[in-house]
Amino acid sequence: MGSRASTLLREEEIEEIKKETGFSHSQITRLYSRFTSLDKGENGALSREDFQRIPELAINPLGDRIINAFFPDGEDQVNFRGFMRTLAHFRPVEDNEKNKNVSNTEPLNSRTNKLHFAFQLYDLDRDDKISRDELLQVLRMMVGVNISDEQLGSIADRTIQEADANGDGCISFTEFMKVLEKVDVEQKMSIRFLH
Amino acid sequence: MVDPLSVAAAAFQLWALVVVFFIVLPAMFGVSLGVSGVYIQILVRILQWATVRIQRGRHEQPGAATPSTGIIEHSGGSMEEELEQLRLSRRPEAGEFTLSDVIYFCQKGLESIVEDQVTQRFSSEELASWNLLTRTNQNFQYISLRLTVFWVLGVLVRYGVLLPLRVALAVIGLWWLVMGTSVVGFLPESSVKNWLSELVHLTCYRICARGLSATIHYHDKENRPRKGGICVANHTTPIDVVILANDGCYAMVGQIHGGLMGVIQRSMLRSCPHIWFERSEMKDRHAVTSRLRAHVCDKNKLPILIFPEGTCVNNTSVLMFKKGSFEIGGTIHPVAIKYDPRFGDAFWNSSKYNMVSYLLRMMSSWAIVVNVWYLPPMTIQEGEDAAHFASRVKSAIARRGGLLDLAWDGGLKRGKVKDCFREEQQKMYSSIVVQNGSQPPGAIRAPHEDE
Repeated sequence: MGSRASTLLREEEIEEIKKETGFSHSQITRLYSRFTSLDKGENGALSREDFQRIPELAINPLGDRIINAFFPDGEDQVNFRGFMRTLAHFRPVEDNEKNKNVSNTEPLNSRTNKLHFAFQLYDLDRDDKISRDELLQVLRMMVGVNISDEQLGSIADRTIQEADANGDGCISFTEFMKVLEKVDVEQKMSIRFLH
Repeated sequence: MVDPLSVAAAAFQLWALVVVFFIVLPAMFGVSLGVSGVYIQILVRILQWATVRIQRGRHEQPGAATPSTGIIEHSGGSMEEELEQLRLSRRPEAGEFTLSDVIYFCQKGLESIVEDQVTQRFSSEELASWNLLTRTNQNFQYISLRLTVFWVLGVLVRYGVLLPLRVALAVIGLWWLVMGTSVVGFLPESSVKNWLSELVHLTCYRICARGLSATIHYHDKENRPRKGGICVANHTTPIDVVILANDGCYAMVGQIHGGLMGVIQRSMLRSCPHIWFERSEMKDRHAVTSRLRAHVCDKNKLPILIFPEGTCVNNTSVLMFKKGSFEIGGTIHPVAIKYDPRFGDAFWNSSKYNMVSYLLRMMSSWAIVVNVWYLPPMTIQEGEDAAHFASRVKSAIARRGGLLDLAWDGGLKRGKVKDCFREEQQKMYSSIVVQNGSQPPGAIRAPHEDE
C-alpha cells in the first residue's frame, strides 16, 4: 500500500534536490508526479514533444523558447533533476527565509538568476548578448504576422538604443538588468504553490 | 461420503437461483429490494472512517505529500492587465514594446508546465482521500494496520463475491437483449411492437445496471427527453448509455463495430430504429447530418442520444461541444451526468485500458453512484450560430452538474492544438504593442473555434 509516485524517487534524491533547489519535500513529490504524467514514453526523461503536448504551452507565442530553456546545449532529453533545476528559478523568493540555503552559492531563484532566465529567452545563441537579429526574431515570435518588418525593425532599434549603455549595438546582461531594475521580478516570475 | 462435484453443482444451482430471483427479476420490473441502498450506506460509513484515519495519519507524518485540487496559484489577470503591471514600473503610458514583456509569456508558460487545465482532464481524477481501491492509490502511504485489513477484506469481497456476480448479470443482460430484440423484430410494425421493444431494452439496461452495482439518482424527471428530440450529455464512459437508458428509451447513434458489439448493435436495430453508421459514412458530415435530421423530423421516433464532446473526459469538466449535433435542428434536451468518485472511478482512459479491462475494473469497484439531472429543453435562438448554441448548452450542463466549463477541444486528447489559437495570442499581443486605437484588445482567455 505504498505511494507509487515516491517509491520511484528515492529519499536521498529528494534530499539532494531539496538542497539544490530549495523546494519542500511535498512540492518535490508533487512535481515528480507531474513529471511522470508528462513523460508519455515512460523513460524517465522529457523530450520537446512531451512539452508541446501541453495545449496551453503550445499556444504560447514563446512556447518554443521556454521549452528550450529546459534543455542544456545540444541535448534532447531532460531528466527530473534538470527539470527541477529549471523550475527552481521560479520558486518564490520569500520561501528562502524558511529554507536557509547553507552553501554560499546564490540560490537558483535569486533576482539575478530570474532575470538571467528571462535574458536567455532572448539570447538565442547563448553568447550572453542580445543582438538586433535575435531581438527581431523573438519579437517576430511574439507578434506573429500582425506587424510589418519595418515597424518591427524600428521597435527593435528603439529598444536597443534605450538599453545599450556601452554602444556596442547589443544588449548585455548588465544592461538588461538595468532596464528591468524597477520591475518586480520576484513577484512576476514566481510560481506559488498552494501548500 | 458426499460427492464434492454434486455439492458444487448444487451450490451453483442455488447461487443461480438467488441471482435470478433476487436480482434479475426485480431488476426487470424496476423493483428494488433495498439491498444496494444498505450496501451503499455501509460503504459510506467505512470510507468516512478510512478518510479520518488517513487524515490523522497524515498529521503524524509531516513529510507526506498532500494531494489537493490544485498545485499552484495561477496569475489571474488578462494579457493586457499583466503587461501593464510589468510596464508600470518603467513608463507611465501603455503601448509599445518593452523588454519586460517576455516575463508575462514566461510566467504563463511555466505555470502551464507545472499545471495545465487540459491534460489533467484525460486522466482519472485525483481523490482528496483514498477510497480503499488500489487503483486510486496515487499519493497515499501506509497508515495503519486496520486500514490495511479493511483494504484486504475489500479486495476479497470485490473480486471474490461481487465480480462473479456482476459478470453473470452482465452476461444475462446482454443475452436477454440479443434474444429479446431478435424475437420482437419478427413482429409486424405496430404500437405493440414498439411497446415490447421498449420493454426489452429497459429490462436489459436495468439488469446491466445491476451488473455494475449502479445506484442512479434521477433529478427533474419532468424534463425527460421526448420523442423527436435530441438528448445531449457530457461523456465520461461508455456506461453513460446504460445509465441514461435505465430511465427512458433512446435511439443510439454511433459507428457499427464488428464482433460482439456488432451483434448487439444489429439485433438492437431489429426492434427499433437506431442510427448506426458505417465507418466510411462517418466522414461525410453532410450525410450524417441529413440522416439524423430525417430521424428527428419523425415525431414518432425515439429521441437521439448524442455525446457532443466526441471523447471520454474525466468528469471534472465539460470540454468543447462539437457543433455538428447542434446543426440538426429540433429541440435539444441537455442532461448532466456526474459520477461520485468515492465509489469507483468511472472514467474510461481509452489510451490506457481497452474496453474489456475497463469493464472488469468497473465491475470490481465498490459501486457506481451517479447523479443525472435532466435540464429543461433548449432550442437555437434567432441569429445564433451552432457554435454559440453549443457552448450555451455546454455551460448549462456544466453548471447543473457542478463541472468546470472549459472551451478546449476534446480532440486534444490525441491531437495537437491548432495553430490558429497561437495566432490569436500573437494578434492580441500585437494590438497591445502597436496601440494605435484601431483594435481594442479583448480579454479573451480561452480559445474559440471558428470554422
